[in-house]
Amino acid sequence: MNKTKQNYFPLEEALIKEFGKKAAVWTEDELPGISQLRHQALAAFKKTGFPHNKLEKWRSTDMEPVYQEPLTVHTEETTYDKKIDEIFQCDVHGFQARVLSMLNGSFYGPEESALTVSADGVIAGSLRKAQQKYPELVGQYYGKAKTAVPDGFKSANTAMARDGIFIYVPDNVEVKDSFQLIKILNKKGLMVHTRNLMVLGKNAKLTFLHCDDSVNHHEGLINTYTEVFLDENSELELYKLQNLNDETALVNQTVVHQSAYSRLKVNVMTLNGGLIRNEIVDQMDGEGAWSDINGLFLIDKEQHVDNQVYVYHNVPNCESNQLFKGVLDEQSLGVFNGFVYVAPDAQKTNAFQQSSNILMSRDAHIDTMPQLEIYADDVKCSHGATVGQLDKEALFYLMQRGIPFNDARMLLMYAFADEVLGKIAIEPLRVNIEDMVKRRLRGELSICDRCVLHCSHPDKPIEFDIDLSKI
Amino acid sequence: MLLNIKDLHVSIGDKEIIKGFNLSVNKGEVHAIMGPNGTGKSTLAAAITGREGYEITKGEIFFKDELINEWEPDKRANEGVFLSFQYPIEIPGVSMTNFMRTALNAKREYMGQPPMSAGEFLKRMEEKKKLVDIQSKLTNRSVNEGFSGGEKKKNEIFQMAMLEPSLAILDETDSGLDIDALKVVAKGVNQLKSEDNAFVIITHYQRLLDYIVPDFVHVMYDGRIVKSGGKGLAIELENSGYEWIKEQFGA
Ligand SMILES: Nc1ncnc2c1ncn2[C@@H]1O[C@H](COP(=O)(O)OP(=O)(O)O)[C@@H](O)[C@H]1O
Ligand SMILES: [Mg+2]
Repeated sequence: MNKTKQNYFPLEEALIKEFGKKAAVWTEDELPGISQLRHQALAAFKKTGFPHNKLEKWRSTDMEPVYQEPLTVHTEETTYDKKIDEIFQCDVHGFQARVLSMLNGSFYGPEESALTVSADGVIAGSLRKAQQKYPELVGQYYGKAKTAVPDGFKSANTAMARDGIFIYVPDNVEVKDSFQLIKILNKKGLMVHTRNLMVLGKNAKLTFLHCDDSVNHHEGLINTYTEVFLDENSELELYKLQNLNDETALVNQTVVHQSAYSRLKVNVMTLNGGLIRNEIVDQMDGEGAWSDINGLFLIDKEQHVDNQVYVYHNVPNCESNQLFKGVLDEQSLGVFNGFVYVAPDAQKTNAFQQSSNILMSRDAHIDTMPQLEIYADDVKCSHGATVGQLDKEALFYLMQRGIPFNDARMLLMYAFADEVLGKIAIEPLRVNIEDMVKRRLRGELSICDRCVLHCSHPDKPIEFDIDLSKI
Repeated sequence: MLLNIKDLHVSIGDKEIIKGFNLSVNKGEVHAIMGPNGTGKSTLAAAITGREGYEITKGEIFFKDELINEWEPDKRANEGVFLSFQYPIEIPGVSMTNFMRTALNAKREYMGQPPMSAGEFLKRMEEKKKLVDIQSKLTNRSVNEGFSGGEKKKNEIFQMAMLEPSLAILDETDSGLDIDALKVVAKGVNQLKSEDNAFVIITHYQRLLDYIVPDFVHVMYDGRIVKSGGKGLAIELENSGYEWIKEQFGA
């Protein structure tokens, strides 16, 4: 069913209008290929609009209320006018990372740090800058990833996104320090589109921590699309840490292409967020590829988290693992959709999937649906889903040792989460995230505890609204 | 008097399991409760420790002269009631260290004391591990996860040693143990025994009582005590079995 002018949501209309205003100007400083993709994507968007819950992939997540909100489709570049550490004043505890910041949809930092090349050839920084400076490299990959089922958010992102993070790791380079992306909205009522591209050469290695945080209680909508290309025998550890306010909606799509013997580790940890939709697509294109995709979400109030994982075993001899765990309290709603596809000649495939959930209240709800499509015969696949309450016997055991009910309950929730947290390979990062999870379970985590960084004034919301008239 | 149970009736669902049970235990005493399977020994332990689903329909449990029928399990524990479980459960993801530290500090908080320092805590762990011959580093092991049957029982005694209760109920801690493990458990109990605490030892067999000498032996059948006596009663039971009880007291 195609959309017509008459039944666009205000936000869809605003998006189309913004494109009309800006597209011609954008063409001036970007790759022709990218501009072309924009126009195609907008045409697609005009037909579909944003996803609605009559679409199979969206049937458990209804975003219509968000489309009705008076949001501004924000595509302006953020000018760098305040030092990052003046604004955040954070401590990093033992976790060595190079921090990349995104503010209101564009790279934030001094001009000289916008795109850097290290001695061993690692390029990192703003994607907008990268496509100007390295047009061939970016052009070779941009828009080439294959999503599961393209939807309105992907189209919107391709049409509207102007900036994001670009990382290129050349062949045989193992990046020692992790990269950490901190993404923040600090302006009221924005819809932003960000786009990331990561390319790892043969035998390259990278750890990337992608954080989505809030610094205030403004509503907003973030539409992020990330493309990842892993060449032979490369390894990516990708951590996503989401600690957003209850007013923000986040749509986060990541598509990874894996060449032979590459290894992918993903860990999505959702500590807070009004409405979060994570979609991970793993295209296993080379034999011997391996992936381990994990997630943990802790939600309460009326929060909604939807994790969608699509693993495509396109060739033989690959292994994929999925483990997603959720703790749901109050009236929260969780969705897990794990899809595994095994192509007709993808023999000797190993694919394992598990979704385990604890409902802490009668009103919490989880919708979990494993889907296997297997066309080869020599495969090992398993899937399982459990939904339950906290183990009463374990609760009694702990209380018999003197531990009060609330603490015992917390200890068990934490124990449940621990299986996923235990998979975080970087020790200081794991310790920090474990600490955040503990505080989250105790109800002491503030949205200001952004990404392993502790604010100096966690109670004071940070405001540095940008004067748009000056841009 | 440490524990005083008067005319206790306990039901699980609609089924009455404990049917008029009486027992009083003083400080410094060791009581053994023996009886055939399904008699209600574990149910009694559950009722004393406040487990959900075990409803006291009649009677009173006094601990240190306070009526505890309605107390939460953690309050009973912090007042000094400890149960060595017949079937200790595994709790993946909760490390022994974290568990014991939380338990110990919960008790200290209950008593109005400051938390124990990490150093002091670790010292105590080491000391008590020796007591029950636990060699493994417990630090990274989850509660009972992957423990053998014998290790689980030893772990119960270890926890008892850590928490120093004034009343310890041992529910078939001896069953499934080889003679060496049995001696270890007995050694642990004997070292903790003092003028200020008491033990209720639920067992099937007399053999544990060779190592932990009871002051009183009670025979339990169909939800109540049908006979009480001294240590000699345990030996008598060992020789005659439980058949005569069933004949004499069975329906
Ligand atoms: N959770 C339960 N639900 C229903 N019946 C139970 C439950 N636990 C024990 N029972 C019943 O209560 C009786 C006593 O059991 P138990 O206390 O375990 O005996 P013992 O420890 O002496 O072997 C048995 O008939 C048993 O079937
Ligand atoms: Mg029993």
